[in-house]
Amino acid sequence: MRHMVWKCCLLFAIVHVAVPLHAQQSSPAAAPSSQTSPSVTQTANPVNDKLTQLDQRVTAAQSSADNAWMLASAALVLMMTGPGLALFYGGLVRRKNTLAIMMQSFMLMAVITVLWALVGYSLCFGGSGPVIGGFEHALLRGVGAEPNGDYAGTIPQMTFMVYQLMFAIITPALITGATAERMKFSGTVLFLVLWFLVVYAPLAHMVWGKGGLLNASLGGRFPTLDFAGGTVVHISSGVSALVCALYLGKRTGFPKQPMPPHSLVLSFIGACLLWVGWFGFNAGSALASSPLATSAFAATHFAAAAAALSWSAAEWIKNGRASALGAISGAVAGLVAITPAAGFVAPMPALVIGLVAGAFCYWMVTRVKAIFGYDDALDAFGVHGAGGTIGALLTGVFATQVINPIFGPGKAVGGSDGHWGQLGNQLVGILIAWGFALVGTLVLLKVVDLITGLRVTEDEEIEGLDITQHGEEAYNLES
Amino acid sequence: MMKLEAIIQPSRFESVKDALREVGIEGMTVTEVRGHGRQKGHTEVYRGREYTVDLLPKLKLEMVLPDKLVNTVVDTILKTAKTGKIGDGKIFLSRVEEAIRIRNEERGESAL
Repeated sequence: MRHMVWKCCLLFAIVHVAVPLHAQQSSPAAAPSSQTSPSVTQTANPVNDKLTQLDQRVTAAQSSADNAWMLASAALVLMMTGPGLALFYGGLVRRKNTLAIMMQSFMLMAVITVLWALVGYSLCFGGSGPVIGGFEHALLRGVGAEPNGDYAGTIPQMTFMVYQLMFAIITPALITGATAERMKFSGTVLFLVLWFLVVYAPLAHMVWGKGGLLNASLGGRFPTLDFAGGTVVHISSGVSALVCALYLGKRTGFPKQPMPPHSLVLSFIGACLLWVGWFGFNAGSALASSPLATSAFAATHFAAAAAALSWSAAEWIKNGRASALGAISGAVAGLVAITPAAGFVAPMPALVIGLVAGAFCYWMVTRVKAIFGYDDALDAFGVHGAGGTIGALLTGVFATQVINPIFGPGKAVGGSDGHWGQLGNQLVGILIAWGFALVGTLVLLKVVDLITGLRVTEDEEIEGLDITQHGEEAYNLES
Repeated sequence: MMKLEAIIQPSRFESVKDALREVGIEGMTVTEVRGHGRQKGHTEVYRGREYTVDLLPKLKLEMVLPDKLVNTVVDTILKTAKTGKIGDGKIFLSRVEEAIRIRNEERGESAL
């Protein structure tokens, strides 16, 4: 008899540890087993006591494993902004604007963090409205060691909060790629702070927040699949970047004057850090150290590799050479495109998504940009807006319940499961993200233009933002 | 005394320097410069945007020589700096009125 009970316990433990389904978007995580387990009764039975203890241990073990992975993931995602994005962008600008663009990313690491603690987290993940959260968790009220069962049932809500913060930092930082080399520091900071509150917070809530209009697992009207931020992060920042580039106008001298990247070595290191950091971004979005995290990890890697190849191949065909800048840009484009799909697709579709994204983004930044003539200085729109959009669409095609039965066990998820209607939902999500980013950014630019102004003077632009905005230089080689 | 300025391919510099040392040249001033003569530049492509780079990196050697050494040095540079391709650079010679060593105010060829 005793023997049987032990066997049961073991089985129970295994089943519990193996339950994989927590994600930024998935069915709500299982509540800690000590609450649901039938073994919690008030008898003095020593077997039941033992069971309860075992339950607690299993829960604690799962929680520590998940928590370890999520803390590591949070750190990885922060690494994507600084140094990843800062180096990637820093190398692409001219020497005189290096520190300025790096400082913009770094300043966001500071200012968004503070805002996040005050109201940001609550606006994104507090409450259950269709468009924006509430003030339930303002000043991080109620955010502590206890898990938030709506989002991630096995990790402290504090971990979930800090993990999501890192997404809120990198998203506005991506926009600085379009405003590079000509936007005032004061205007940049004010605009991006407002943008975070007015554009990012609602979109994050709509897609990932409980009751959000586009949420796929917590009662959304148009369930849009977005595993790690194709709409929330990349479409929102990419489309806003395009609006900024159009509103600010071209850099002085563009396109006649040559403006080659001042150090592709920096960009190269930055892109490689982005690639590594993206594992935290995408695989971490499983919100647990689960098989789903592994699946997202693999999909992320395959898409990045495939996109690096397809961008390079396109370049080789066009120019007769494959450039380093092309290869790293391709990898980033692939990472962007796989972001919404990472936790929904198998490795082979991930390769396809990468191949398509690399070639598509190459076409966007070389042909489309040239045709329309906008000065998206570092191609924030061409890579993030375009890659995010194509990724969100392809997620609707390739998402499968084999990887992530988000709509319930056995229910078709994406087109490859036969549920082509999902493409419609993806389209709604994409359109709302585009519309929100377009309108929000335009209004905010007008407002900030009135308060601080947006562009530096032509003289300041020619002298460079490092000296005129920050009073220092990136390279003092004589000293 | 003659001043010699030679603009050469950076890749030939080590050979030129070694050969000059062998013929007894002890001092020279070298500057990294950019420029072009008849040589056209090359194009670079960054995300589809083409840039023509026509100022190419070169090295400029400057030295002031006693008259008797001028021909030897010119020959040495011609021999060692030549790759035979366009862009090998040029040598300019000009007369120098005076040379003064700052340390001890020596003048003329003995100051070289």
